[in-house]
Amino acid sequence: MPSDPLKLRQIQSIAFFAILAALTYGSIVITKYDVVQGFTAIPRAFSWATTHFIPDEAAWRRLPRILEKLFETILMAVSSATTASALGLVVALLGATTTRPHPWFSLPARGIASIFRNIDVSAWALILLFSFGQSTYTGFFALFFVTFGFIVRVMVETIDEVGMASVEALRATGANYLTIISQSVIPACLPQLISWVLYMIETNIRSATLVGILTGTGIGFSFDLYYKSMNYSSASLVVLVIVVAVLIIEALSNVIRRAVL
Amino acid sequence: MSQRSEPLPRIRVRPLTRANLSIQLTLLGLTLLTLYSFTTFDTRGIGLVEALQDMLNNFRLLLLEPRLRSVSFADLLEALFVTVGLGLLTTVFGAIIAFFLALFAAQNLAPIWLNNLIKGGTAFIRAVPTVLWVLFFAVAAGMGSVAAVIGMTFHSAGYLIKAYAESFEEIDAGVLEALRASGASWWQTVFQAVVPTSASALLSWTFVRFEINFSTAIAMGATAGAGGIGFDMFMASAFYLDLRELGAFTYAILVFAMALEWFATHMKARLGKSRE
Amino acid sequence: MALLQIEALTKSYGNEARALDQISFSIQAGEFVAIIGPSGAGKSTLLRCINRLVDLTSGDVRFAGVSVPTLRGGALRRQRTQIGMIFQHYNLVNRLSVLENVLHGRLGYKNMVQGVLGLYSETEKREAVRILESLGLGEQIYKRCDQLSGGQKQRVGIARALVQQPKMLLCDEPIASLDPNSAKIIMDTLQQINQKLDITVLVNLHQVDVALAYAQRIIGVNRGRVIFDGPPAELQQEQIQQIYGSESGELIFSLRERYAI
Repeated sequence: MPSDPLKLRQIQSIAFFAILAALTYGSIVITKYDVVQGFTAIPRAFSWATTHFIPDEAAWRRLPRILEKLFETILMAVSSATTASALGLVVALLGATTTRPHPWFSLPARGIASIFRNIDVSAWALILLFSFGQSTYTGFFALFFVTFGFIVRVMVETIDEVGMASVEALRATGANYLTIISQSVIPACLPQLISWVLYMIETNIRSATLVGILTGTGIGFSFDLYYKSMNYSSASLVVLVIVVAVLIIEALSNVIRRAVL
Repeated sequence: MSQRSEPLPRIRVRPLTRANLSIQLTLLGLTLLTLYSFTTFDTRGIGLVEALQDMLNNFRLLLLEPRLRSVSFADLLEALFVTVGLGLLTTVFGAIIAFFLALFAAQNLAPIWLNNLIKGGTAFIRAVPTVLWVLFFAVAAGMGSVAAVIGMTFHSAGYLIKAYAESFEEIDAGVLEALRASGASWWQTVFQAVVPTSASALLSWTFVRFEINFSTAIAMGATAGAGGIGFDMFMASAFYLDLRELGAFTYAILVFAMALEWFATHMKARLGKSRE
Repeated sequence: MALLQIEALTKSYGNEARALDQISFSIQAGEFVAIIGPSGAGKSTLLRCINRLVDLTSGDVRFAGVSVPTLRGGALRRQRTQIGMIFQHYNLVNRLSVLENVLHGRLGYKNMVQGVLGLYSETEKREAVRILESLGLGEQIYKRCDQLSGGQKQRVGIARALVQQPKMLLCDEPIASLDPNSAKIIMDTLQQINQKLDITVLVNLHQVDVALAYAQRIIGVNRGRVIFDGPPAELQQEQIQQIYGSESGELIFSLRERYAI
C-alpha cells in the first residue's frame, strides 16, 4: 500500500477513468453504436440540412397553423407548471423538517414526490394515454406529475434553508401554525419558488414537444406529421419556431428572476 | 383626543418595492395564463372526472399487479442495460466535448468574444428539444442508436458546457494569477489549477446530466427508435395495451432512477463535507 | 411571588446524557439575570424550555403563576405572547421590511384569519414605528432586513420582542455574532429596557466580562447543572474555572479586572 497521499490519489484517479472507459466500451457494445458511422453522420447531417432542412415558401404559409400549435403547447407547459407547483408547495410544507405538522408526514410526502419525479415524463405519457387518450389532458398530467415531484424536492430544501430561523422566532411570539406559514415561510420562499416555476416552464416546453409526439398533440404532433411525411422544410420551420420560443421564454424568465430575487 | 380630531395617515406595512411588485405581477400573470389555458384544452370529448377515476384504477393495476408477458425478465434487464448504456455513452461523450469547449467559454480563461460565441451556440443547442436533435440526425444516419447517441450527445454537450464554464468562472482569480505570475503556460494553468479546484463541481454536474440522460434515453426509445426499455414501454402501451406489463417496466425504471438520485444526494453530501 | 420559577427542570435527548439536569432557580420581576457557561452547556435549551420551544423531560416551569409544561394549543400561544425572545442570529425574515418583521411580534395576539392575512391595526403599526424610532431605526422602517448591519438586525429583533408587550425577555446569545461596538449598543439597550420599561431580562452569554458588567445576578451553568447563582461580586475566579472548565483562562480574569474599575 502506498503511504504517499498524492500517489494514492493518482491511483484512485487512474482506477476511476479505467472503470469509466470499460463502462463506456460496454455501452458501445450493448447499444450497438457504430462509432465510425457516428462520426461521419454529423457532417452528412449538416450538409443535408443546408439544402433540405430550411423553411421554404410553402412552409412559411403554414406558419399561422404552427404558431397556433405552439401557443397551445406553451399554455399547457405553463398551466401544468403552475398548478403542479401550487400543489407541490403544499406537500413540501408538509414534508419539510421546519414546517411539517408531525414528523410522520415527512416520509410519505417526500416518498410520493420521489415516485412522481423518477418516472420519466415519456413513461407518464404512455401510462396516461390509457385514461385520457389523445386529449390535452394526457400531456398536461404527464408534465404535472413530473413538475410536482421536482418542486416538492427543491422546495423542501428551500424551506428548510430559509425558513428554520424565522419559524422559531414566530413560534416564540405565540403565532399559530398557519400564520407562521403565511407570514414568514411563504414570503421567504416565494422568490425561489417563482424561479423554480419559471425553470419548470422552460423544461416543460421542451418536454411537451416530446410528449406531443407520443400523444399526438401540440407542436410535437405538428413536427411528427411533417417529419413522417418527409416534408422536412416544414419540419425545420417547426424547429425554428420552438427555438425562438424557448429562447424568448428563457430571456423573459431571466428578467423576472432578476426583478424578483 | 388630538388623534380623533386629526386622523393620522395610514401606515403602509409592505413597501411597494420593485421586487414585491414583480412577484405580484408574475403570480397574477401565471394565474391568468393558467386559467385561460384550461379553456383552450382539446378534451376530445373526454370527461375529466370519469377519466381521473379511470386513472386511479389504472394506477392500481399498474403498481399492484405488474407482470411481464411479451418479454422475459432477462429481456427486461437487457433493455434496461441498453437504456443505461445509452445514457452513459452520451454523458461521457458530452462531458469530453464540453470540457474542452467550456474552457473557451469561461470568462477567466478565454477572450470574451470566444466566450460569447460558444455560449450563444450552446444556448441554441439547448433550445432544441433532444428528441428533435435525434430525429434530425436520424435523417442522415437512419433511425437507431447512432442517431440517438449523436442527438443526445449534442444536447448533453450544450448543457454541460454551460455548467462547466460556470464552475470554472467560480475559481478564485488569485489562484490563476499566482500560477500565471510563476510563468505557467495556459495549459499548465488549466491542469494544475482549474481542473483540481473544480473537479468535484464538474463531477456532480456530470452526474446530474447522467440522471437526465437516463430519462432521455427512455424517451428516445419510445419516440425515436433508440430501443431499450423505452421502446418496450411504447410497445406495451400503444400496441399490446397491456397496463400490467407497463407496470413491470415502470418499476424497473423507477428503481434505477431512485437509486441514481440516492447516489447523487449522498455524493453531494460527501463532496460538501470534504470541502469544509 | 417570583415571576419565573424553575423547579428540577430536566431535559434529555433520547438515551444521551442529560442536556439539563435538575435545574432550579427563580427570578423576580424586574431582575436582569445573565446565564453564563461554555458553549454546549445547555444554556440555549434552558431558555427554550421556558417558552416551550423545546419540551422538557421532567420538572416544572411556572411563569406568572402558570405552569408551562402542561400548556397546549391556544393557551400555550397566549403564554408565549407574554415572553419576548431575541436570538443570536436575529431570526428575521430577510426578504421582508423592518416594519413587517417587527409587526410579526403582534401575530400571537391574532386570530386565524387576521394572522394568515397579516392584518394589523393602525394602533399596532404606530406602536411598532414608535418602538423602532426609540431604538434609532426610524429611518429604516421600509428597508429590507438583508440590507441592515448585524447590530441593526438585532435591534429589529429587540423591537419585534418589545411590540409583544412582554413581561420578560429571553435573550439567547444576543451579541455572539456582533462586533464589540454593536455588542455594547445591544447590551445598553437591554439594560435600558430593563430599567425604564421594567421588563425582566434573562440573557444567555458566553462572555463572563459582559455578564459582570450588566447583570444584577449571574447563574453559571456547566454540563446542564447550575454551578453558581448569585450577585456578580460573589463570583470568584475559582468558580469561573468550575463553570468553564479548562476553557477558562487568564483572558477572562484579566477582563474582569478591567471591568472592575
